[in-house]
Amino acid sequence: MSASPLAVKVDAVTKRFAGHVAVDRVTLEIRQGEFFSLLGPSGCGKTTTLRMIAGFETPTEGRILFGDEDVTGRPAHLRRVGMVFQNYALFPHLSVEGNVAFALRLQRVPPADIAQRVAAALAMVRLPGLGARMPAQLSGGQQQRVALARALVFRPTVVLLDEPLGALDQKLRKAMQLELKALQRDVGLTFVYVTHDQEEALTMSDRIAVMDGGRVLQVADPQALYERPASRFVADFIGISNTLPGTVREQAGGGQGGGDLVTIALQGERGVSLRAAGREGLVAGQAVTAAVRPERMRLVPPGAAVGAEDNVVEGTVRDVVYTGSDTQCFVDLGGGTTVMVRVPNDRAPGATPVVARGSSVRVAWSSHSTALLIA
Amino acid sequence: MTRRAWGLPAYYIGLLALLYLPLVVLLVFAFNDGTILAFPMRGFTLRWFQELFATEALMRALRNSVAVGLGAATVAVILGACGAIAFVRFTFRGKGAFMSVALLPLYVPFVVVGVALLLLFSVIGLPRSLLTIAAAHTVVSFPYALLILTARLVGFDPHLEEAAMSLGANYWQTLRRVILPLIAPALLAAWLTAFTVSFDEFAIANLLAGAEPTLPVYLYSQLRMSARLPLVIAMAGLVMVITLSIFFTLVSLRRYVFRAPPPAARVA
Repeated sequence: MSASPLAVKVDAVTKRFAGHVAVDRVTLEIRQGEFFSLLGPSGCGKTTTLRMIAGFETPTEGRILFGDEDVTGRPAHLRRVGMVFQNYALFPHLSVEGNVAFALRLQRVPPADIAQRVAAALAMVRLPGLGARMPAQLSGGQQQRVALARALVFRPTVVLLDEPLGALDQKLRKAMQLELKALQRDVGLTFVYVTHDQEEALTMSDRIAVMDGGRVLQVADPQALYERPASRFVADFIGISNTLPGTVREQAGGGQGGGDLVTIALQGERGVSLRAAGREGLVAGQAVTAAVRPERMRLVPPGAAVGAEDNVVEGTVRDVVYTGSDTQCFVDLGGGTTVMVRVPNDRAPGATPVVARGSSVRVAWSSHSTALLIA
Repeated sequence: MTRRAWGLPAYYIGLLALLYLPLVVLLVFAFNDGTILAFPMRGFTLRWFQELFATEALMRALRNSVAVGLGAATVAVILGACGAIAFVRFTFRGKGAFMSVALLPLYVPFVVVGVALLLLFSVIGLPRSLLTIAAAHTVVSFPYALLILTARLVGFDPHLEEAAMSLGANYWQTLRRVILPLIAPALLAAWLTAFTVSFDEFAIANLLAGAEPTLPVYLYSQLRMSARLPLVIAMAGLVMVITLSIFFTLVSLRRYVFRAPPPAARVA
C-alpha cells in the first residue's frame, strides 16, 4: 500500500466562511486505490474538506493536488471526481439509464459503448435490468446503488462519498458497508468517504483521518487508531474507552515486547500504580491519561490467580448491565475513576452471573493494552 | 353543529354567486338575440359570434393583444428566471433589497405605472405603439414570473447541480440538462400567468396605445356605441373561456410547479 503513488493531496488547506474557520491547516495524503475515511462529529470540517476536493468550495489557503497536478483553481466539472451524496441527488427527470449515462453522454462516448458500460455499471451495483425505471420508483437502497453506478461508470480520478449510507436503515447500512468495501476493492478506485459513524469507518477504511474543530487529529489504519489513539478525543470517539488519569513516575526498559515501560500513579489517595507501554517525551510528574478498551480488561474472581496481566487493581462493582453478547461491569477503582469491563457471555446459558453488584473484584489488564494520552 | 351545517353551505353558495353570477350573465347575453341588455331575453342566436369574427378591427385588436402578450410574457419569464436563479443560488450585494425592489410593480397601481411610462417614453422620444405596451406589460408581469420561479427554485436540491458538475457538466450544460427540464412546468406556469396579466391589462394599454389598440382598449372604445354592445359581450365571453382554460391548465400544473423535493431523501 505504501508503494502506491499519491492520488489526492490536501496541502495545508484552510477554509474560512465569514470569519468562521471550518477547516484549519489540514494536510492529507491519499494514495491510489485507497479507501480513505474522514471521520468526525458534525461540524468538524470533514464535509467541507471533501467539497474542496470535489471543487465545490475553494480553499482560502493551501492547495489541492491530484497526483502531482495542482487542481486548486480547477472547476468541479473538469476534475473527474465521482460524487455520491447522502440524499443520492439522482436526476428525477431521467431514468436510471439516463442518470448512469449522464457523464458518458457529456463525454460524447459512442452510444453502443454507453449502453454496454451502463449495463456493466448496473450489474456491478447489482441492479441489472433496472435501467428503464425512474428514480422515484426505486427504494432508498436501490437509489444509492444507482448513485454509486453513476459516480463509478466514467472511471473518475477519485470517488467522493458524503455519508452515502446515512439515510438507510441500520440493517441495510451494515450490508451496504461490506458491499461498498468489496466494490471499491474490485474496481480499484480511490475512495474518500465522509462519515460520523466510527464503526462504519473502522469497517470499511484502509486509513482514517479523525477530525475535530476543523483539524486532523490523527491519521491511521483502523487497528492503529483503535489500539493506539493519539489523544483523548480520538480514544473517546473511536469505540468506548476507559480513561484513567494519573501522573508519570518513571519510564524504563522492561516492557512487554522489549519496549519501554512507564509507571504511572493513578489519581487518588490509594497510591495505585499502573504500567503502560512507553512513548516518547514523557517526564516524571507529567499528567497523563491511560486509555484501556473495555474488552481488554478482565475481572479476576476472588481467590483466583492473576494471569499474564501486569496491571491489577482492586475495586468495587457498581453496576452490571447485560447487553446480549456481553455483560458490562462498571467497577469503581477509587479516586473518582470508574472503568467498564466487558465480559463476553460465552459460557453456557443459565450459568451464574459474572459478578454481583457491590462485590469486591480485581480488574486485570496488560501494559501493552494501555495507551498513554498526554493530558 | 347545526349552525355549521347550514352556515357553511350558505356561505359557499353566496360566494359562488358573487364570483360567478356576472360571468353567467355575460355568457347568457352573448347568445341573446337583441341589442338591449334586459330581461326578458329575445331568443337564442350565434350571430354575435359570426359578426365578431367578421369585424376586421376587432380581430386586429385580438391579434395585437396576443402579440403583446407573447412578447411581454416571454421577456418577463426570461428575466424572471435569471432573477430567481440569482436570488436563490448566488450571494450578491443588495440581495436583501432585491426582492422588495423587484416586486414593487405589484403594488404600484397600474394607472400610475402607465402615466409614469407615458412620461418616460415621451421624454426619450419613443412613439406610442404596441412595442411600448409590450415593454410596460413586461414590467408589470415580471414580478409574477419571478415569484413563481423563485418558489420552484427554493425547493430545488442544490446537490443536483453539484452532481451534474461532478459528472463533467459545465454551468450551461447543467442548466440545459438538469435545471431547465426540472423547472419546465414552473416556466410554463410563469409564462401563462404573465400572458394573462398582459392580455387583460387595460389601464396601461389605454394610456400607451398608439394607432393600434389591444383587445381591452378596443372593447372599451366600442362601448360608446350601443349597437356594438352585444359584440363586446360576445368577445368578453370568448376571452373569459380562453382565460378560464389557461387557469385550469395552471391548476393542473400546480402539482408539478410546487413539487416537494424528490422523495428520494425520505425513503429508507
